[in-house]
Amino acid sequence: MISGIIEEVLANNALLTAFAFVGLLSLSTNKLSDVLTKGRVHGSAVAIALGLVLAYVGGALTGGTKGLADIPIFAGVAFMGGAMLRDFAIVSTAFGADLSALKKAGLVGSLSIVIGVVLSFVVGAAVAVAFGYTDPVSVATIGAGAATYIVGPVTGTALGASSEVIALSVAAGLIKSVTVMIGTPFVAKWIGLNNPTSAMIYGGLMGTTSGVAGGLAATDPKLVPYGAMTATFYTGVGCLLAPSILFILVRFILG
Amino acid sequence: MVIYGVALLAFCMLVGTASGKLIGVLIGIDANVGGVGIAMLLLLFLTNIGSERFKLKPISESGIAFWTAMYIPIVVAMAAKQDVYSAINGGMVALVAGLLAVIVSFALIPVLTRMSSRSDD
Repeated sequence: MISGIIEEVLANNALLTAFAFVGLLSLSTNKLSDVLTKGRVHGSAVAIALGLVLAYVGGALTGGTKGLADIPIFAGVAFMGGAMLRDFAIVSTAFGADLSALKKAGLVGSLSIVIGVVLSFVVGAAVAVAFGYTDPVSVATIGAGAATYIVGPVTGTALGASSEVIALSVAAGLIKSVTVMIGTPFVAKWIGLNNPTSAMIYGGLMGTTSGVAGGLAATDPKLVPYGAMTATFYTGVGCLLAPSILFILVRFILG
Repeated sequence: MVIYGVALLAFCMLVGTASGKLIGVLIGIDANVGGVGIAMLLLLFLTNIGSERFKLKPISESGIAFWTAMYIPIVVAMAAKQDVYSAINGGMVALVAGLLAVIVSFALIPVLTRMSSRSDD
């Protein structure tokens, strides 16, 4: 009876449950990072990684698409980590951002968005060809998925790709976003990700909003507004270029 | 009042999202193009006008600062709701395409950063 009441309270107050849950998770990962890595791996990096592991478990248990949030008592996690609150928090980080730093890197930042879309598309398309795909529609859709998991299905639907290929493109985009979240703190030093200019270039090249948000949270939250500024244009540029110019290019090359 | 800061933030985000959608419609795609960026620029602009009448009091600023502090927890929740299961079970093509795209993009960051600092000199 007690457990029934607890479950009902947790499920009926989903957002509060999510707050309490994420708080507990952060507390334990901060301790873990202190004890296991002497603080060298940021507590938030551990929390994000653990969040992804729990998301996997949630998906494996329920067969749903919202990770941990498909388990009824954790439903609030989907709202807390959903696009609305995520973007709200991202925008808030702009308060106190350095406008002149944004202006200074504006040109190279915008350039990096176009380069990022084309680069990821080409890499994804080349991998598709290497795995034996020969029709331009499938190759372009998988290439678009390597940009972000939104550009993939938008391109696939526009070009009339099969649902199997569209699912692949979403998976490619998800892998990208997860890899960016986990990998960024580890390569940050090596790629010079420690100033507004490189953060804007990073956002433009990576483009996945969730990946960039997670990667910068785990590296240096002060860089968030700069990375988010360019990443926010990426999916739009991708949806514009992939089904048009880039697809025509693929069709030309594959004959 | 704290709500002034929160309301200003919400206003910026709503205007940004609407503008992003509008840009999407204008270029013919069903996506929010740059909404977050527009919202951030608007927030920067409104909080930097510098006129006494528009200056936020520290208590109102705390309504914005709260959400900045909530950024990491929100991102942790975002991580926990990703579809990691299908990502990992999506097949080798997806795995290799996604991974390679990230590695190549990471590698290009220092190149572009160097290019931009050279053009400053």
